[in-house]
Amino acid sequence: MKQAEIVIIGGGPAGLCAALSAAKSGSNVLIIDKNKNLGGQLIKQTHMFFGSEKQYASKRGIDIPEILIDELFKYKENVEIKTEATAVGMYEDGIITVLEKEDNYYKIEPKAVIVATGAYEKFLSFPNNDLPGIYGAGAVQTLMNVYGVKPGNKVLMVGAGNIGLIVSYQLMQAGVEVKAILDAAPKIGGYLVHASKIRRMGVPILTSHTVKEAIGNEFLEKVVISEVDEKFNRIKGTEMIFDVDVMCISVGLTPLNELLALRGCEMKYIPQLSGIVPVRNENYETTVENVFVAGDATGVEEASAAMVEGFLAGLCAAAKIGYKPDDFIDRKNDYIKQLNNLRSGPAGKHILAGIEQIGR
Amino acid sequence: MRIEEHPILKFNKGKMIKFVFDGQEMEGYEGETIAAALHAAGVKVLGKSLFLHRPRGFYCAIGNCSSCLMTVNGVANVKTCVTDLEEGMIVEIQEGRGVIV
Ligand SMILES: Cc1cc2nc3c(=O)[nH]c(=O)nc-3n(C[C@H](O)[C@H](O)[C@H](O)COP(=O)(O)OP(=O)(O)OC[C@H]3O[C@@H](n4cnc5c(N)ncnc54)[C@H](O)[C@@H]3O)c2cc1C
Ligand code: FES
Repeated sequence: MKQAEIVIIGGGPAGLCAALSAAKSGSNVLIIDKNKNLGGQLIKQTHMFFGSEKQYASKRGIDIPEILIDELFKYKENVEIKTEATAVGMYEDGIITVLEKEDNYYKIEPKAVIVATGAYEKFLSFPNNDLPGIYGAGAVQTLMNVYGVKPGNKVLMVGAGNIGLIVSYQLMQAGVEVKAILDAAPKIGGYLVHASKIRRMGVPILTSHTVKEAIGNEFLEKVVISEVDEKFNRIKGTEMIFDVDVMCISVGLTPLNELLALRGCEMKYIPQLSGIVPVRNENYETTVENVFVAGDATGVEEASAAMVEGFLAGLCAAAKIGYKPDDFIDRKNDYIKQLNNLRSGPAGKHILAGIEQIGR
Repeated sequence: MRIEEHPILKFNKGKMIKFVFDGQEMEGYEGETIAAALHAAGVKVLGKSLFLHRPRGFYCAIGNCSSCLMTVNGVANVKTCVTDLEEGMIVEIQEGRGVIV
């Protein structure tokens, strides 16, 4: 059995910030990530971030993990990192089971745990939706921005939220043709700056449109789309056919947090937070003592919010097990203020309505 | 299918290595995943569905969905989207659930 003070599951922006914050308070931390590299979804985000300087605004997502890891190095006697290590179980007696690489299986008994496992991409149902060539937008982003491989030649993007818009732009940067972006909603969901940039490049954004079916033998060859009415029913006779070899699905993310359910944390379905999330207090502690959560696992938002949630959860988890720094209240209030600022826009209203329902 | 020029990114590719896909010799780069190397070589179909034997490609590319399972060096159910390519690897399309010894 491995002992640890604080175990952090997931080394994306939320987990890295949680580790930094807890280590700064004097706690030992062990970061576990199933990936080869730390950074979570950031390692493919080539665009500049919004927000304020404290959340690394106007830095590109891909550059942020390095900044955070450098910062973590300052506390290196307090920090241990395990990559290619998956947390596979979290049990009622507080034990976490980990599978490292293919065959190294061990248990850890920490004093506290912070779950920062992120989110996964939702899917859409339509005939032939399993054809190769139909990929998650995040997958395409990984393929292009991490490995330098194009997904195909002609793309139809489904979903006009921020991810759909940003990935469309990145496809064009990689020299791939984007035929159109469609969204079932009557309005574009993503930020206007992103949408205008896409439109200026001549890509139509078709709102109130959905996929009728995909066509192809071994892989995608064509997509049939149609217009929908205000009740999202397809309107007959409005079909259009696109000759594309790739269709990207970007219809949102949903929190990845089964470990918390397994541990016995109270979970709730909250549509505004994009799925099933743990009930928690303002310290990001769940209904199980010393089990904390941060980032997309607690509700899908943005990387900036994930970072601040990580800082806050790390601070509070460390305090809970006896590492309460003198400036605890100041730091805590600062993080809460940053989160409030990030959530002050129209999208934030939605998030806040969700958070209201999981407070305890 | 490789990106030749990019306004922001530089791809520091590893050394070129050879591997075998369903009996065919192919090339990829060190440091990339099996799925990325196959895709760059134009291979989109990575497997067959269990019952209807429909073609399967990758979907999430980050190890969450199991759409990319293949047999690698005789080992079944390898998530090729998160497994690094190695020199001389034997990569095969998997039929059925695969056998674990
Ligand atoms: C395609 C895409 C595009 C996005 N674009 C933007 C954007 O433009 N701007 C923006 O602000 N936000 C964007 N986001 C959202 C942003 O990336 C996320 O909000 C942010 O990354 C969430 O941080 P996180 O740390 O909670 O999760 P993640 O970054 O997802 O990190 C979770 C980490 O946990 C690890 N993990 C999961 N389960 C386990 C386990 N059982 N054991 C061990 N490790 C585990 C994963 O490997 C991963 O490294 C995007 C997200 C996606 C998917
Ligand atoms: S594509 Fe989803 S696990 Fe590999």
